[in-house]
Parts: sequence; C-alpha cells; structure tokens
Amino acid sequence: MAKVYLQTPLTNEDVLNLQAGDEVFLNGIIYLARDAAHKRFLELLDRNQPLPVDLKNHIIFYAGPTPPKPGQVIGSIAPTTASRMDPYAPAMFEYGVKGVIGKGPRGQSVKDACKDHQAICFSAVGGLSALLSDKIQSAEVVAYEDLGPEAVRELTVKDFPVMVVYDAYGNDLYEQEIAKYRSIDKTVGHI
Amino acid sequence: MRKISVEQIRDAVSVLCWEACYYLPEDIVNGFHKALETEQSPLGKSILEQLIENANLAAKEDRPYCHDTGLTVVYAEVGQEVHIDGGDFEAAIHEGIRKGYKEGYLRNSVVGDPLLRINTNDNTPGVIHTRLVPGDKIKLTVLPKGGGSENMSAMKFLLPGEGVAGVKKFVLDTIEAAGGRACPPIVVGVGVGGTFDKVTEIAKEAVLREIGVHHHEPHIAQLEKELLEEVNKLGIGPQGLGGTNTALWVAAETYGCHITALPVAVNIQCHAARKKSYVI
Repeated sequence: MAKVYLQTPLTNEDVLNLQAGDEVFLNGIIYLARDAAHKRFLELLDRNQPLPVDLKNHIIFYAGPTPPKPGQVIGSIAPTTASRMDPYAPAMFEYGVKGVIGKGPRGQSVKDACKDHQAICFSAVGGLSALLSDKIQSAEVVAYEDLGPEAVRELTVKDFPVMVVYDAYGNDLYEQEIAKYRSIDKTVGHI
Repeated sequence: MRKISVEQIRDAVSVLCWEACYYLPEDIVNGFHKALETEQSPLGKSILEQLIENANLAAKEDRPYCHDTGLTVVYAEVGQEVHIDGGDFEAAIHEGIRKGYKEGYLRNSVVGDPLLRINTNDNTPGVIHTRLVPGDKIKLTVLPKGGGSENMSAMKFLLPGEGVAGVKKFVLDTIEAAGGRACPPIVVGVGVGGTFDKVTEIAKEAVLREIGVHHHEPHIAQLEKELLEEVNKLGIGPQGLGGTNTALWVAAETYGCHITALPVAVNIQCHAARKKSYVI
C-alpha cells in the first residue's frame, strides 16, 4: 500500500500503477457531480451529444457542498454514497472518466467497468467535511446551476486525500479489509 | 396559562439547526475517543482520528461538521399549560428551519415533490413530531438527519415466535447490507413493537438517546449490549474499510403490539449523530 501524489487529469499509466489500498493525494482539477447531474450526462451520452464539460481523463467527486460563508472558497464538503451512482458509472468510464471519489462499497457492474475501461474508484472519508473543505483552493459552478447544491462544479484541489478502493485489476479494498476483522458467523451459533 | 410566542419558537428552532450542525454532541465525540482505544484496524484508527479532528475544527470555526446538514426532524414536547401566541405552531417551526439554514449557511437538501424533485431551497418541509406533556414549557429537539444513513434504514414484521433471535438477525442483516454506505461508526436505533408507523417512530427516538445510557428494562438493556457486541463483530469498521468499531452504540425502544405481530425497525444514524435541545 503506497503513498502516491497524483496530478489530474490522469493518464492510463497513472491508473494502471494504482492498487487497492494505496493512499493518494490529488492535485489539480476535479469535478463535482452527483445524482441529478449524472442523470443529465447519461441522457446526453445516449444521444451522442457532448457533455457540458469535457470530463475525459478527469475525476468526478460525488459531492454537494454547504454554501460558503463570506470569505470561504467553498463550504463543508465530503463524498456522498457512491453506490447511488452505480447505474451511471459504467457509461461514464466508457466515455473516458478515469476516476470517481465517493464513500462506501459499489456493485459488481462498477468493479467490472473499472477493469474494462481502466478506471479507479477512490474513497474519501464520508462526513469529514470541514477538514476536506480546507484542501480546496477554488470552486466554480460550470454547469447545471439550477441544481443548487447538485450543480457541476470545477474544483482546484491541493493534496486532497483519497484511497484506492477498487483498482483496474478487480481488487476490492472493502472486501479485503472487512474479512480481516469479521469474527461472527450469522448462520450458526447464537442467532 | 403561560404564553409562548411563535417568534420564540421560530428563533429557538433556527439556532438549534446550526448549533446541531456545527457542534457534534459530546457523547458522540467521547464515543470516537473510546472507539479509538479499542480499534484494531490501523486504517480504522486513522479514520477515527480524522473524525475527531474534523469535529474539533468544525466546532472551533463554527462550520458544518458534515456537508449533509440533513432533513430537519423536530421533536416538540409541548406543555399542556402553554398558550401558543401569535400564529401557527407548525408554520413557526418551518420558518425556524428556513431561517436557521439560511443564516447558518447550511445545505438545502430537500425537494418539495419526491417525484418532480425540485429543491425547495430553504430545507423545508421539516418533519415535526409533537407531543402534549404536563407543564408550562416547550422542549424543542432538532435532529438534522443525513440521507446516506437514513436510506439504509429498514422495517419488517417478524413472526411473534421469532422473538429476540429474529430481532437480532434483522438488525445484523440491515447493518451488514448497509456496510460503508451508512458512514460508520454508526449509532443504531432499534424499535420493537407497536404498529407499522409506531415502530419506525420509536426506532428514530432511540437514536436520540445519549450514548452510554441503556434502556431501563434489564432484558432490553441486555439486548442492546449483545447487539452492540455482535454488530462490532461484523468487521465493517469505520467507513466500512474494516475494523472492530462499526457501531458506537445500539439503543432500543419498545411498545406494546398486536398478538399476531412482532414489528421491528432499524434506524441507522451515521457518525454525524447530531442532536440539540432547548427548553422555552
């Protein structure tokens, strides 16, 4: 499990060098998009129309911040539950997105899509919202302003801390780590 | 009759909204520290340390601990000797939410129509539970409920004969299915008994109980202890990335129920276990 500093956008080589469990510090531009924006992205991709922002080789951060207080770049922010984006992620990877940041485990279709299209699922700590906000140097709404907290924003991040949870080789950090600490057999014994 | 104005109610709710979101309750922060002492996973320990740091930073700088400042659940215990003066009681609570989310720079996370899904841009409507109690005061409690953990909550009618074993299995299955999605370490509210509606209501009330305090009935306290131990054997750990602290606490509440029924509900609360009360 390595400590890696990466500059966005990612290259295929960046992706192939990462392994589940790697601690990664992201620098550069990442994009915020969540449920409502993904629904619109997929409608555009289905019609072979361009997305409002070129997300090829970029990282999408599944998050919606609180409003900034006067003087702040952005309010509190941390990832939302990644599995809600499961219906959209394979198509986004096929389009060319190289990584997503969320929290919590995902379905098999997303793990398979990481392998098929050389992409990474990162996790950031859910609810770590005051701390993560301080890793963001600029924030600007670049599409779908009508979605309010769900609008697509371009963020510039400095040493933004994430972990590789699903790599491009089919490894699953959740499964690996939970297996080490599980000490109950629900099918026998006391229940 | 003691008079309490709707403005007093509005203003109290408004302040409770942002106070709850900035300042994580002491029992929860203490729970992180206690979990840190026992956590076996190095990654789990690191996550718990970061949560403590985040709680300290949010409180110090008056910022939301979590960006999901929730759908606002408000509990009102209204003294029956109180006269509410100057307007509509529920409208005052919604107005307090509007004011609190705006002035506190909290995220508006509510859509007006669940299918049309247009954000109301003021975090209303809240969900209000009102109870008449003896006395001449009003106690207001605000629980900003995040979506990730609420989505993982569940309810089921068991067969009466399934008893304690059935309740435990349902609770463990629900928590296992949630895994890291519910943002562990979690607080687990369990409701047992009542009706379809009552069981979920008491499960959510259980989430409000101070952690470290068991149910007054010895057999329910025993159920809570056993469940906490078993939940933490699931291995899910902080953020679902493995470990021995999946839950900080399990609290159960019960209610009488029909001879044919054994309803059970599990309300999952993420580590942003916010709650704040004020008595007018």
